[in-house]
Parts: sequence; C-alpha cells; structure tokens
Amino acid sequence: MSAAIGALRDRAFTHRRRRGAELFLLVLSLVVGVGAYAAVGLGVEGTVPPDIFAYGGWLAALCIGCHVAVRYLAPYADPVLLPVISALNGLGLAIIHRIDLGYEAKGIEIGPFADNQLQWMTLGAVLFVVVLLVVRDHRRLQAFTYTFGFAAIVLLLLPLMPVIGRSINGSRIWIGLGPFSFQPGELAKVMLVLFFAGYLVVHRDALALAGRRFAGIDFPRGRDLGPILAMWLVSLGVLVFQKDLGSSLLFFGLFLVMLYVATERPGWLVVGTVMFLVGAFVANLVVSHVQSRVDSWLHPFAYDPDQGVPQLVSGLYGMAWGGLVGRGLGQGDPTITPLGFSDFIMASIGEELGLTGVMAVLLLYGLIVERALRTALVCRDAFGKLVATGLGVVFALQVFVVVGGVTRLIPLTGLTTPFLSSGGSSLVANWAIIALLLRISDQARRPLPELTEPEQDDATQVVKLS
Amino acid sequence: MSELTLMLIRFAYLAILWIFVLSAISVVRSDMFGARIESTPRADRRAERRREKESRNRVKPAKRPRGAPTHVQIVEGANEGESASLDHAPLLIGRGADAAIRLDDDYVSTRHARIASNGDQWFVEDLGSTNGTYIGSHRLTQPTTIQLGSKIRIGKTTLELRK
Repeated sequence: MSAAIGALRDRAFTHRRRRGAELFLLVLSLVVGVGAYAAVGLGVEGTVPPDIFAYGGWLAALCIGCHVAVRYLAPYADPVLLPVISALNGLGLAIIHRIDLGYEAKGIEIGPFADNQLQWMTLGAVLFVVVLLVVRDHRRLQAFTYTFGFAAIVLLLLPLMPVIGRSINGSRIWIGLGPFSFQPGELAKVMLVLFFAGYLVVHRDALALAGRRFAGIDFPRGRDLGPILAMWLVSLGVLVFQKDLGSSLLFFGLFLVMLYVATERPGWLVVGTVMFLVGAFVANLVVSHVQSRVDSWLHPFAYDPDQGVPQLVSGLYGMAWGGLVGRGLGQGDPTITPLGFSDFIMASIGEELGLTGVMAVLLLYGLIVERALRTALVCRDAFGKLVATGLGVVFALQVFVVVGGVTRLIPLTGLTTPFLSSGGSSLVANWAIIALLLRISDQARRPLPELTEPEQDDATQVVKLS
Repeated sequence: MSELTLMLIRFAYLAILWIFVLSAISVVRSDMFGARIESTPRADRRAERRREKESRNRVKPAKRPRGAPTHVQIVEGANEGESASLDHAPLLIGRGADAAIRLDDDYVSTRHARIASNGDQWFVEDLGSTNGTYIGSHRLTQPTTIQLGSKIRIGKTTLELRK
C-alpha cells in the first residue's frame, strides 16, 4: 500500500517556486512601464523626460519591494500575476501622463493625474505587502464570513450618508474626507466575494440538493437561499439608488457565477440570464438614467448641439484613427475624448498603440483571469477555490463591461479599467485582490508536507503472561 | 524628431509589449508542463541544510537546573548503551521510524511510550502499547513522574534517566 501511495506522490504535480521567473518578468514589465514613459516623452516633447531615472527608480523600488515580500511571505505563489499587474500599472501611468501633457499643451486646467496615480500605486503596493503579511492563511478569513458581509453593506451605504457622501459625474458612489475622496464600493467588491464564498461553502450542499423541482430547474429552499439573496438584493438596490450601473452589473454577474460554481447547477445561469434580461428591459422603460445609456448605445451618432460630439463617438473615432499599429505614443490626440484618462483609457490606448496594443492589454487581463482560475483548480479547500474564482470573475466582468462599453458592444456603464485607469480606490483595491490571489496560490502550490507513514512491518509480539 | 525615428520608436514599443506578453505566456506554459520534483544534488543539499537549520531553530536551549537529568540511557536490551538527549523533549519511544528513541525489540509497539517534562519534572506516559510500560513491577496507566535512576521497562528493554 505504501508503495502505491509513493508512486502516486511521484506522479502528482509538484509546483516549483518560480521566483526567478517572476523576477525576470518583473524586469521586463519595468521595461514596458518605463519604456512607455520614455516613448511618451520622445513623442510629445522630442526628448527623453529628464526625471526618467527617478521615475524608473521609484517603479523599480516598488516592484522589487513587492517581489521581496512575495519571496519571503508567499514563496510558492504564482509567478505571473505580479509582473502582469506591474506592466499594466506602468502602462496606465504612462498613458495618464501622456494625457496630462496633452491637457497642459492645450491649456485645459484639469489634472495632472499621473502624480496622484503614482501615489495611489505606492499605497497599493504597500497594501499588497500588508495583506500578504496579515493574511497568512486564507482559510482564516472564512471565520469572518458575516463580518465581511456586514462590512460590505456598510461600505456600500457610506456614500449615501449626508456629510461624507459625494456625488461626482452623476453617481453618488464617493466619500470625501477632507481633500481625499474614495470609492468604498471597490473595497466592498472584495468583501462581497469573501462573504459569498464563505456562505456558499457552508450551504452549497443544501442549495444544490434540498429543494423542489419546478420547470426543469431545481429551486433551493428559501431558508438556504434567503440570506444570500437578501444580501445581494441590498447591494444591488443600493447601487441602483446610487446610479452606479457598472457595479450593479458586476455584482449580479459575480453572484451568479459563484452560485453556479458552488452548486454545479447550470440552471442558475439560465435563471440569472432571464432575470437579467427582464430586469434590463424594465429598467430601460422606467429608469431615465438607464434609458439615456441605452439610447446613446443604439444611436451614438445622433448629434445633440448642446452636448457636442458624444464621448463614445470620439472614442470610437480615436480607435479607428489608431488602426492596426496606432499613431505612436504622444502622436495621437486622446485629449479630445472626455475622461480619456479614466473610463476611456482603452480608447486612448487604441488610438496611440492601435489594435496591436489593445490586444496585448486584453491578453494581459486574460492572463490574470486564467491564473486566478488555475489557482482555484489547484487549491485544496473549497473556500479558497470559491474566493479565487470570485476574484477572477470580478476582473473578467469588469474588463468586459468597460471594454465592451467603450467599443460599443454593450451600453456604456461606468467602471474603472483595472490597473490602467486613473482612480485611487480601484487601484488600491485591485492590488489587495492580487495579494489575496497570491496568498491562495501560495497555499495551493505549496507541496504537501512529507508524511512519514508508520512502518507496516511485523506486528508487535505479545508477552505471554503465565 | 524625424518621422522615421518616431515610427521606429512606435514599433519598438509594440515589440516590447508583445515580448512581455509572450514571455509571460511562456512562463505559464512551462508552469503547466515543466513542473519537476527538485532532486538535483544541489537542491538536495539545500533541503538538507534547511532541515538542519529548522531542527536547530526548534531546539530551545533551556537552562536546566543543576542535578536535573540530561539524557535517557538504554541500560538493557538490544540497543544497550545507546542514549538520547532530553533537549529534544518530548521523546517518542517505539519501533516506528518517527520515534526519537528507536528500539529494535519485537515486544515494543510502533509508538510505545513518551517521555515529556512539565518544566521541572519528567513524566513517562504509555501510548496504548500492546505490552505496556513498567516502572519496577508497576504497569503504567497514567503519566507517571520519573526521577534520576528510575528504570523504565519497555518490552525487553530498560531505560534509565541519567545526568
């Protein structure tokens, strides 16, 4: 028997640490980030920016700091995630800097955003290390399931509070503390994933097996589904109240996918899609906010003299002008599109780096999602599996919603492009998400401890008592 | 800045971007198929050193009072003459591979007994062995204190606490 177990262990997949590969990719990612900064300088001003060494040094320090932290705190963690986010973040910084320069040249007085973004990135990297330091074992988080659920609700409600809540661009999703403003919904996203995962791990058998069959689909009992459904309705209701369509879409999709993954019932996807279609149709008829979004999606070229050229159209023209290989960094004119540094950063990338650049960026997002799902597959405990899946799905949905919106595949709803677009709360929360994923993958890829089996040789002889 | 240089910069940057993407993918690929069990001599040596360091770290060189026992001596039986330091307490006695005091005695169970201390006293505890653990002629049913010179009989082996 022990031989069979030994053979099984030899055949079992043993992961290497791959920290060297991570360092190599990190250096390449720095070339991507700092190279973009240099190319922007060359394109706009004709010279390499004088502060390139300070800038590059700072980025390098952040990357190396995170790498060292991973080496010590999560030595078996996935080697691809950290370099990918470092590259995306570096590219985003360069594009934002480029748009700052564009605004400056035109004399438009907004920004600069790049300095702010660099500060937030620093904060994000610090939070990344702190999460790795504090969360030594992700399974401990399961003990705080309901705490996370409660915290998520509180965070979602905060912007509606009278004193600290702030309304920017028509959405009341910000809180302001002095000069700082923050989007608590971004952190609530992470906490909701943890809550859903913790709840579903405990109740998934009841959800999948107990219940009655109706119209070919097994519906679970109310007492099993109740708490999570209530939780989800509250978060969704809050978001609709705050006119944050993108986030409500994100939470809905996240809830659906996690329910499907936990119960292995494809029926949920059918039910969810039907619910979504009905909900979207009704919202289109009733809510004016939704109506205007759908209108500008269906008829983007309808010209309104008061509004000027719609944002969506100028973004589309920008991407068309970029073509296959783009205008070159600093050679396009992405400042024409409003919010070209945040919501429409994909359009700016499309304009300056072309389809080739956009594809590279989308592939990087694909890699993040792939690594998250791979972590979920390798992970040994159900809670970790669900958390990793949920976090991966958050990225996938967020990129789909925002890029689909910018490219006019679906109606435009405001969501940040992870790691690229200017916006501190989203950046910081995403760094924390990656730290959580690395923690889970470290646990998952760590080789099993050597178990010395007791020797199964001849049995102990019994002393004969006379 | 000439048109040509700008074009070169543009393509060079796209190339850098794609080199990064492709090398990330190649790392993913090698992660999928290239997982090996580290068994090169170098890795073995490294693992050996790590284990040594760990075992060294685990040892707490607690100051023991003068006159306290420092090791267990096997005074009778197949392993006569061997001894084990009490620094690594609790000590497992048995025939199994994980026992700290391993006895080649057919009358000893795989995990037979344990010697542990509560700080100032030493105890011996039977771990549900087949033939029992004796002090003198008394078969142990619960953890029992032992002093210097107490003779513990396990199977055909006798152990003694020594200074």
